[in-house]
Amino acid sequence: MLNTSEIMATIKMIEEQKLDIRTITMGISLLDCIADSEDATCQKVYDRITRQAQNLVKVGEDIEREFGIPIVNKRVSITPAALLCGNIQNPVKLAKALDQAGKAIGVNFIGGFSALVQKGATAADLRLMRAIPQALSETDIVCSSVNVASTRAGINMDAVRMVGEIIKETAELTRDKDGFGCAKFVAFANAVEDNPFMAGAFHGVGEPDAIINVGVSGPGVVKRALEQVKGQPFDVVAEVIKKTAFQVTRMGQMVAQEASKRLNVPFGIVDLSLAPTPAMGDSVAHILEEMGLERTGQHGTTAALALLNDAVKKGGVMASSSVGGLSGAFIPVSEDIGMIEAAAQGTLGLDKLEAMTCVCSVGLDMIAVPGDTPASTLSAILADEAAIGVINTKTTAIRLVPVPGKGVGEWVEFGGLLGRAPIVPVHTESAEDFIARGGRIPAPLNSLKN
Amino acid sequence: MKAIITVLGADRTGIIAKVSGKLFDNGVNILDISQTILSGYFTMAMLVDLSEMSCSFPEMVGALNELGSELGVQIRMQRSEIFDAMHRM
Repeated sequence: MLNTSEIMATIKMIEEQKLDIRTITMGISLLDCIADSEDATCQKVYDRITRQAQNLVKVGEDIEREFGIPIVNKRVSITPAALLCGNIQNPVKLAKALDQAGKAIGVNFIGGFSALVQKGATAADLRLMRAIPQALSETDIVCSSVNVASTRAGINMDAVRMVGEIIKETAELTRDKDGFGCAKFVAFANAVEDNPFMAGAFHGVGEPDAIINVGVSGPGVVKRALEQVKGQPFDVVAEVIKKTAFQVTRMGQMVAQEASKRLNVPFGIVDLSLAPTPAMGDSVAHILEEMGLERTGQHGTTAALALLNDAVKKGGVMASSSVGGLSGAFIPVSEDIGMIEAAAQGTLGLDKLEAMTCVCSVGLDMIAVPGDTPASTLSAILADEAAIGVINTKTTAIRLVPVPGKGVGEWVEFGGLLGRAPIVPVHTESAEDFIARGGRIPAPLNSLKN
Repeated sequence: MKAIITVLGADRTGIIAKVSGKLFDNGVNILDISQTILSGYFTMAMLVDLSEMSCSFPEMVGALNELGSELGVQIRMQRSEIFDAMHRM
């Protein structure tokens, strides 16, 4: 039976509240591409990706047309590339092969130029990590990540030190684009193996040959739903968010299953992450402000975000038994109009953002910092984030852009979904001696919690 | 395969006639229809069966879009699963 108001509600969510499928990401295992020479491995990688994902973009576009739901990105994630680098002396070559393969099939990004070094790094891991700055500056759609810590292994402080240097060098090599290369690099603690979102997507070794993961978004839908319950208690707010998350996830699951069927690749997970874009009406910060905050970043922000993140997860797991990835709320500063306003006004700074990462789905994301920030300070910021993740058994991450030649108060424009941001201050006290120690911060005790 | 067709816009004569005519021309069977005026807007939803459709899905969407601009209304056709997924347990 037709229910016009339900039908119109769905259409409004898509048209006015910018509900979309943020990404269909095909995860592809490249473990069978390891050959005995650099060139042979690169060729096999290119062939495998272009064969496995040849129809990904077309199927995405077909689904978009038939269901009338925008699918913003089509992406590929691969086995952490360091695992393929045993015989590769120059991993930049591999990055270029990935870039070419991604462009040949027409995807927006290809993620997984990655190393997992939470406990220690192999020679291949180190080669890959040293190649990241050049790889990101000489390719367009390759995304890179490094996992430096986990709750089981602790924090690899040698890797943390290297990541600070990687970020600085990447910014320098992409100086002409305001350090844009750094927007394609993320350092994790407790990285997940089935995340469809960039820049941190990779295809974990516990995954099958190929898989379809779908990322759904819709901050605008949640904001609009909350406008209907102004002034009501938080139990009501939580309930409304849960119901909305349920509906959105059901839509995501339906699209994921359809894509999986058409591509003949198993369905992995739906990642329901409220991922903002710089467009008006697509902001996570504005959801927090709808709850009664004057400006995101003020006292009360962490509590509001905690409620939002938890209610989104609860709605999501009721809707699909295959919820995974990062599921929750993202707080990328440059990609969220409300965060941009709050940072520009000075209400939202790095310290509050760090507190917010204790309760949201990822971490310090897309934050522009002064170009003269030392590598050791970037490493120290990562160490703090990793500690939050490791102790609280959650994923945390950093994606920071030290904008070359620019200082606090100046702006950086990345364009498109990556948006724009004011440069926010970092603490200027030296972390050199702290970071120079290296070694490992041991894994935490998981009992006696208080 | 079933789809939902929605028509939204200023009311005028002949909208239903023209839309159903176009569907008839392409072998699309109307299963259910509901029409109302919502806050001054003509709002129509149709459940249709596409199993005998003589053209492709994108072609039908194109034809309805064209008709929509002719009539000054927005016409959408979407597979019905998306609505079921969001509103039905």
